[in-house]
Amino acid sequence: MRALLLALGLGLFLLPAAERITLTGSSTVAPLAAEIARRFEAAHPDVRIDVQTGGSSRGIADVRAGRADIGMASRAVRPGEEDLIAHTIAIDGVAVIVHRDQTVRDLSREQVIGIFTGAITAWPMVGGSGDVPLVINKAEGRATLEVFCDYFGLKPAHIQARSVVGDNAHGIKTVAAHRDTIGYVSIGPAETAVADGVAIRMLGLDGITPSTETLRNGVWPVSRPLNLIITTTTTPSPTVAAFLAFARSPAVDDLIADLGYVPPPR
Amino acid sequence: MFHRRADALFTVVTRTAGAVSGGVLLVLAAVIAWHALAALGDPGLSALLGTRWQPSSGHYGVAPLVFGTLAVAALTLLIAVVGGAAAGLAVGWLLPARVATGLRLLLLIAAGIPSVVWGLWGLTTLVPLIGRWAPPGTSWLSASLVLAALLLPTVAVSVDSSLRAVPASARQAVAATGLSPWAGLAAIGLRPLRHGLVVGSTLALARALGETMVILLVAGNVAQFPRGLGDPLRTLTGAIALEMGYASGAHLAALFALGAIALAVVVAILVLAQCLGGDREVVLA
Repeated sequence: MRALLLALGLGLFLLPAAERITLTGSSTVAPLAAEIARRFEAAHPDVRIDVQTGGSSRGIADVRAGRADIGMASRAVRPGEEDLIAHTIAIDGVAVIVHRDQTVRDLSREQVIGIFTGAITAWPMVGGSGDVPLVINKAEGRATLEVFCDYFGLKPAHIQARSVVGDNAHGIKTVAAHRDTIGYVSIGPAETAVADGVAIRMLGLDGITPSTETLRNGVWPVSRPLNLIITTTTTPSPTVAAFLAFARSPAVDDLIADLGYVPPPR
Repeated sequence: MFHRRADALFTVVTRTAGAVSGGVLLVLAAVIAWHALAALGDPGLSALLGTRWQPSSGHYGVAPLVFGTLAVAALTLLIAVVGGAAAGLAVGWLLPARVATGLRLLLLIAAGIPSVVWGLWGLTTLVPLIGRWAPPGTSWLSASLVLAALLLPTVAVSVDSSLRAVPASARQAVAATGLSPWAGLAAIGLRPLRHGLVVGSTLALARALGETMVILLVAGNVAQFPRGLGDPLRTLTGAIALEMGYASGAHLAALFALGAIALAVVVAILVLAQCLGGDREVVLA
């Protein structure tokens, strides 16, 4: 009897729900999409949302082939991809950070490249204070590393790191631990750390000041959009349309901030 | 066969628990080995045997990571065993009972501090200090010092409890002959001291090889062969923790291979420690 009940319970659990939405693609977008999906499911108990990773290219290929309802891509739609519609749910921006006692306030693109590749061997060469710049790099595969390398035209192997860190909090603490360090983290967590009095400072880049404001209005260049992608050829079901609208609403702003990203202009 | 039903029940429960935990361990090892086998196809054995770990450029050499794990564990063990033996001897043999009780309590509390607390202390306090000598301070030395601080109480408590297992009557008899505490130790304390050291250092070694978060925070994690104590290094577990969330394909398979290697290193060293220890009770630890 008990076994029968158990089997029944399991069966109910495994039965397809009234409606299922499948998202595939970028592993940068996936954690945010999964959190948004959880909140959406709580409000719509008859909807099940599946979030699978596999890279931006897979997300776009899957949504084109109809294998996924929504693709996830951590890049903008490119020319030649007019069959795609991108719904930006967040912006991932990266700022270069140094210790608070560092006297330099702004670096050029070339100076940042020089420091991270080891060509610039002393802080005074770029008008800063201290000895050898100590490069704090992100571990390979991290989204922040990709954004950084894309903008500065670097390959991970080019970066001469003195220390390798995991998440943003780890990076901020490591930069704060020595006055000659230089690293890069997502802008959201960096801004919070500065406000909390952590001993770091965000550097300007070619005269542009990094902040959630300059990131949101598109002035800060080291960034990329996190997109949910659908095609122009299929009309989204009402549930998919509702989910897309929900993902672009202020109701998910706290989830975006928790992951270190910034809400897009709406 | 059993006098009471409770005894029978107890036997069944303990045997089941033992079988389940053993079974889970075997399944775990099998799953890791299965995924790791994929790494022999792509990236392939010759790639794994290389000396550079740079997944984005297709270099999957595990050697610097294996070296990193062994280097951190060796230096950690050296510090933790010397310090732990001294602390254990003081508390369990040399100091008067009233002082020893207080210190013993401190050691037990220290042994219970969560490892991430040690890691944060290391990153915010110890790393800046080491950084004055070897900037930025995240290094082999920092990793081993923090890990040794974490493990020293374990060794000390083990030595202390072994020494306290010597019957009070034996200690009194030795003291009555007028021998100093040191001579008394030489007379009846050496066997328990050795036993406590073997048990404590085996536990500490297994922990040093497997510990992840503490090392990740303070080791610098550059996948290279360190040229000195002030250089950063990366461990097997550190590489898994840093890259697992984002890896796929050959990279993911290579990370499972790292897990299999870490497991094999731990098992090999524990078996070796048991053979060298020669003490039957160590099997139970």
